[in-house]
Amino acid sequence: MRITQGCFSFLPDLTDEQIAAQVQYCLDKGWAVNIEFTDEPHPRNTYWDMWGLPMFDLRDAAGIMKELADCRRVYGDRYIRISGFDSGYGWESVRLSFIVNRPQEEPGFRLDRQESVGRNIRYSTHAYAATRPEGRRYGDQ
Amino acid sequence: MTQSQGQTRETPLQTIDLRHEFADIGIGDVLDQLDSELIGLKPVKTRIREIASLLLVERIRQKMALANTFPTLHMSFTGNPGTGKTTVALRMAGILHRLGFVRRGHVISVTRDDLVGQYIGHTAPKTKEILKKAMGGVLFIDEAYYLYRPENERDYGQEAIEILLQIMEQQREDLVVILAGYGDRMEKFFQSNPGFRSRIAHHIDFPDYSDAELLWIAETMLQQQNYRFSPEAREAFVRYITVRKAQPLFSNARSIRNALDRIRLRQANRIVAKLDRMLTADDVMSIEAGDVLASRVFSNGTGTDSGR
Repeated sequence: MRITQGCFSFLPDLTDEQIAAQVQYCLDKGWAVNIEFTDEPHPRNTYWDMWGLPMFDLRDAAGIMKELADCRRVYGDRYIRISGFDSGYGWESVRLSFIVNRPQEEPGFRLDRQESVGRNIRYSTHAYAATRPEGRRYGDQ
Repeated sequence: MTQSQGQTRETPLQTIDLRHEFADIGIGDVLDQLDSELIGLKPVKTRIREIASLLLVERIRQKMALANTFPTLHMSFTGNPGTGKTTVALRMAGILHRLGFVRRGHVISVTRDDLVGQYIGHTAPKTKEILKKAMGGVLFIDEAYYLYRPENERDYGQEAIEILLQIMEQQREDLVVILAGYGDRMEKFFQSNPGFRSRIAHHIDFPDYSDAELLWIAETMLQQQNYRFSPEAREAFVRYITVRKAQPLFSNARSIRNALDRIRLRQANRIVAKLDRMLTADDVMSIEAGDVLASRVFSNGTGTDSGR
């Protein structure tokens, strides 16, 4: 199951050229661009690991594309996303975020139904990948 | 990667109007500005014109799909202190940007401290950070020979050099590195790091200014600040230049600027010394011979701290 989140989630995966163009857009706006990765696919997981430090004061997308290539080399089997952080007064938050890398195989989610009091049903989503220990969830079986 | 894709997308042109192409880019303005604003430096200006022409032709060749490799643009500026290396580096970035060989045209000016870390594992992220900031523009490394310290084998400078060399080779289209420093020390630096020499396409040597050029520089600087020499002061300053040049730690235009700063100080002091009178604009603008001749350069001849 192809996981989508953030910007451009309705589009096919962006090419490197398209990613570079989006990154350049962020930089032109003066946002700090960050690279984050995770292997915990749950949609409510907001705690992604950061690749290096946030990149402030960059002018050109080439530097970030190089970091992304490095990140892919190490964590190519995980989800990687790029986010643009606006430090401007009143915003001080992430303005744009999109997925730039995903595991080759995404096993998707199991839906658990829990029969609760009366005829109530509680639902929870359970990622198949998350049954395996962290760091070994995708790729090498 | 985007560069090569950009090339293939356009269909190769057969003919190009050279004059139109030249005017279109507007490097003519930059070069003329360089000529008019920088005094002297004839060989440097000639070299820059040559490089600009080469790049213009290279750009046309790219449009005609005749060139498929990206030219190496890394440069080294050697010359004594105060000969305009930094100023020319800024202009160079402008020229490269107009010609489309760097995408943003900004200059990141760094020295050893910005690249080399203080403990193990500190250097690589620090150097990479700077390189990332310089991407799309020009990285200007002042006094580059300090990166290499042969007397200390555990010096982290070597690590910075290796990262630098790697990026200079792999991401030639993303960033241009300009190394600057004094001639003899740069020569030694290149000898001990042959990798650098082979990766640098253009070596430009900055000559020292002649006495006449230094005087011209001084007068231009004064004019910009709305000051002027009286005829006697001008003569005194000509003598000042001759004497100062012979002393140690002479750094060309920078010494001149510092000398002028101190001369202005003495002029202000002289004016304030006599309070009971009416001042004219002419009084506050003109610099008298006494202001120049009071310099320590004339008296003791060592001038070590008056030079910097």
